[in-house]
Amino acid sequence: MTITTNFTHHQTAHCESGAVANLISHHGVKMSEAMAFGIGAGLFFGYLPFLRLNNLPLITYRSIAGSIIKRVTKALDIEVVSATYRNQAKAMVELDQLLDQGIPVGLQTGAFWLPYFPKAYRFHFNMHNLVVVGREGNEYVISDPVFPELVRCDRHSLMKARFAKGTMSPKGKMYYFKDVPPCDDFAPLILKGIESVSNAMLKTPIPILGVRGIRFLANRMEKWPRKFGLQRANLHLGQVVRMQEEIGTGGAGFRFIYAAFLQEAANHCHHDELLALSARMTEVGDHWRHFAVLAARNCKGRAEADEGYPAIADKLRQCAQLEESIYLDFRSLYS
Amino acid sequence: MLEKDVPQDDGMAEGLESVCYAVDEKGDYVLVPSVGWDAKQVANDQAWDLINEEIENVRQQVLLGKKSILAYHMVKKLMDISLLAEYVGFSRLKVWLHTKPGFFARTSANVRQRYAQVLEISVEELTDLAQLESNTK
Repeated sequence: MTITTNFTHHQTAHCESGAVANLISHHGVKMSEAMAFGIGAGLFFGYLPFLRLNNLPLITYRSIAGSIIKRVTKALDIEVVSATYRNQAKAMVELDQLLDQGIPVGLQTGAFWLPYFPKAYRFHFNMHNLVVVGREGNEYVISDPVFPELVRCDRHSLMKARFAKGTMSPKGKMYYFKDVPPCDDFAPLILKGIESVSNAMLKTPIPILGVRGIRFLANRMEKWPRKFGLQRANLHLGQVVRMQEEIGTGGAGFRFIYAAFLQEAANHCHHDELLALSARMTEVGDHWRHFAVLAARNCKGRAEADEGYPAIADKLRQCAQLEESIYLDFRSLYS
Repeated sequence: MLEKDVPQDDGMAEGLESVCYAVDEKGDYVLVPSVGWDAKQVANDQAWDLINEEIENVRQQVLLGKKSILAYHMVKKLMDISLLAEYVGFSRLKVWLHTKPGFFARTSANVRQRYAQVLEISVEELTDLAQLESNTK
């Protein structure tokens, strides 16, 4: 038995914005990943040392998992049906029923149990998003946004992935779109998205979030070698890079996606200012990448004398400085 | 990042291409496939080295009789006590006790079955200490 939903798969850089963009496009409103990321106000920063991943502090470069979907669908007035489950069998049966009706279904899953993931990426990480687009007997056809082609996954593994446990466990979460109204003017949604990002990064109630969070991390980072010893400090630093570059494309990646969004937004809003801001955001992304290179050199013990912890902390401060000026300039767009 | 600067360092992704956002010569954003990046690889290797070190540590302790074989299979699946407890549905205390050889030896077939199922191994594998000795890696 073969069931398909005629879903067009586009590979994207980030799972959540990719899944939601592909789903919205499937329902007739053409939307790029960058646009979904921007309208969904995905850009963020947070240093959360009290949350642990592999015993090291959690750093996030984007807004909390699920918020992009929530914001985009709300902005476009899309009716979303979503559910979480206690009963695993029931969660699979309801997924099957939707597929039978030809509806592609978005899932939040863990990465560890997905057999098609390369082994090096299989950590207990629960914020992955994918879209199930068909089924062949016991095998599901999946549009995983970060993979180049459609992938396949057996029923047992998919069930395990849907009910992965640990931090932010998905609890079988699935969602699909019921009613997607046509939308031909993104401009107001774009400006609203930009405003949310600007506020989230600048008006932070606690010092570990937003631009303040980047500076906070820089200050802490400088003290790591003294506090933990060089070896453990390097592990912390590696974690920062790993969170930045790997887990869902990370910091620099997100800055580039956002720059792409600003560029696309310039077409929609007819605002040349946005093009200049896009170029500046690209520059910030480049600095984040440079930071990752320096950090990796430190981890390998190959850093030059002037590339040690004070230097990388300064690099972070530079990122914070540049980002802050961009977010401040965002204000002129919507006020 | 310019299109031509998108890193193409082959490594952990096993040839899997991910996409990067980069700027082409006209300054427009394009999606560029990338097979990997060394900076990323360093961080990923570091995480796995740490995990493998931990696995080897626990393996030695199991062989010395300080921990049960369950502890070995737990770290092999990158789990800790609270994560494993959540998966099997036992209390953390109970799982912690089961990582001690004496307590694990007294577990029922039923309990072992539950652990084996969660860890995706057979019950034989879960109790096969000899295999641990030969397994030097």
